[in-house]
Amino acid sequence: MKLTLANNKDVWAGVMLITIGAAAILIARNYPFGTALRMGPGFFPVILGGLLIVFGLTILAVGLRSGESIAGSWPLRALVILPLSLVLFGLLMEYAGFVPAMLVLIFGSATASTEFRFVEVLLFSIGLTALSVAVFVWALGLPYPLIVGLD
Amino acid sequence: MDLFNNLIFGFSVALSLQNLLYCLIGVTVGTLIGVLPGIGPLGTIAILMPITYGVPPVGALIMLAGIYYGAQYGGSTTAILVNLPGETSAVVTCIDGYQMARQGRAGPALAIAAIGSFFAGTVGTLLIALFGPPLAEIALKFGSPEYFSLMLMALVAAAVLAQGDMLKSLAMVVIGLLLGIVGSDVNTGVQRFSFGVTELSDGIGFIVVAVGVFAIGEIIANLGDKDERRIVTDKVTNLFPSKDDLKRSIGPILRGTGIGSFFGVLPGTGPAIASFASYMVEKKLASDPSRFGRGAIEGVAGPEAANNADAQCKFIPMLTLGLPASGVMALMLGALTIQGIQPGPEAMTLRPDLFWGLIASMWIGNLMLVVLNLPMIGLWVKLLRVPYRLLFPAIMAFSAIGIYSVNTSSFEIYLTALFGIFGFICMKLGFPPAPMLLGYVLGPMMEENLRRSMLMSGGDPSVFFTRPISVAFIVATVLILIVMVTPAVRERRREIAD
Repeated sequence: MKLTLANNKDVWAGVMLITIGAAAILIARNYPFGTALRMGPGFFPVILGGLLIVFGLTILAVGLRSGESIAGSWPLRALVILPLSLVLFGLLMEYAGFVPAMLVLIFGSATASTEFRFVEVLLFSIGLTALSVAVFVWALGLPYPLIVGLD
Repeated sequence: MDLFNNLIFGFSVALSLQNLLYCLIGVTVGTLIGVLPGIGPLGTIAILMPITYGVPPVGALIMLAGIYYGAQYGGSTTAILVNLPGETSAVVTCIDGYQMARQGRAGPALAIAAIGSFFAGTVGTLLIALFGPPLAEIALKFGSPEYFSLMLMALVAAAVLAQGDMLKSLAMVVIGLLLGIVGSDVNTGVQRFSFGVTELSDGIGFIVVAVGVFAIGEIIANLGDKDERRIVTDKVTNLFPSKDDLKRSIGPILRGTGIGSFFGVLPGTGPAIASFASYMVEKKLASDPSRFGRGAIEGVAGPEAANNADAQCKFIPMLTLGLPASGVMALMLGALTIQGIQPGPEAMTLRPDLFWGLIASMWIGNLMLVVLNLPMIGLWVKLLRVPYRLLFPAIMAFSAIGIYSVNTSSFEIYLTALFGIFGFICMKLGFPPAPMLLGYVLGPMMEENLRRSMLMSGGDPSVFFTRPISVAFIVATVLILIVMVTPAVRERRREIAD
């Protein structure tokens, strides 16, 4: 792959560090900095943010001079589906109960794989959910409603 | 003799029925995840940690440690049979182990790996028992400046010695330190980086960071790669190594144990480095180096001993100084802290059962692993047939339950999802995630010790340079940095990376 600014690993790495460092300093600006003798809560974060910016600039410079491109593919499907299934799990645990949350999480995250097979995954989700109910709710006694409103 | 009495005490703790059971669970789970590529000890320990909250501290530590060294055993099985490292520590074992398997000698390779690991584990256990107490004795004399300098050295060493780009590892340490700060400031009560979110006022959960980056992030990365597993043999027959095999292996096992123990106490050097060093040494010493890469048993015996010795000795700085030398140790430290125990010299005198019980359990666990692994090898091979497309949704499910169970908080689940994405991006951009965990665990302690030192000295930073122990750590830190940026070492690192 040709090296461009858009796929230059170290340029992006540097940008990421500078962003985090700058954000840390910007936010910590509002905390009392204190003095060397009595360091305020802002002291440590500001120093760390500064360090990150220095690291970031160095890595960015290295990347501009002799960078390498980001290797491998971007599993966009996984990158969207996996976090999304976790979010759904969180919502369903609050509003629908353990069983629906587990089913959706297992089935949902399985769709992130390019080798996804509908029937297999469906059976697997049901089996694993049943197992989790037995182990976590019945045996270990985690206090979650199986299905909200169905107790 | 003190050591003797202590060890007997340790065994009396570890041999209780309950602790034996925790040990067995630990090593079994460890072997399981070790065998399966795509899920490492870091992720597993993070996922299972919430379960240990209800377990007494000794049992929890015994179980988590079992997962850790069990994974080393399991990883070599996969390396030998499938030519895939089940764990990164087994990368080197692939080279000659797989060749042996292809020549129909999988049995002896597995047996030597287990014997080498067991021997190294035994020595490692003894080393901890021998050096733990005196080290803790010294550490008891440390004040805040010493601790700050020590942590600085550990973090820098961990970042610098880790595989990959040095600057990026250091940056990850700093990001970890920043993450550790989130929540209310101990001294003033000021809320930092919590954005008015109540759930963040106590800081970001330890499990959230660990599971997010090491389980979720890892899965996302794995799904980008192709799953390739070719199993050479289904049946492993004739486990027993020949007399010649044994004779060839004794030297490498002894040397590997030495090398592994040395690298073990160094922060940041993963077991992969120890086993790689052992492999190079054996190849140099061999009368016929060309055998290496074509199924030389020395190439299995040495590295396997080295990675297990390394794994065990990593406990020394964690137990005696409260300093995690690797990502896994950071997790152990976190697990103990959550249990209300701050590992370090005080804990060793206050909770001797923890230290000696763990040591004894590690020896028992290593023995269990030999017994578990060799006869049950067929079962582990079958496990390798579980396709990743089903494995990862299961990991997702257990991760989610684990995190949710800590605080019954959906917010932490969302945060985990974010850390998963962040972890994946870090891996993509060449940032090693483990140093971040070290920084995260040490962050609050480091800041606290820095502030206290400055109060002690009246705001004079020279306090770090005038106290002898502290200045020794600072000098060591600078030396490590200097050595690492010299052209020769940089070149060598590049070679190893390839």
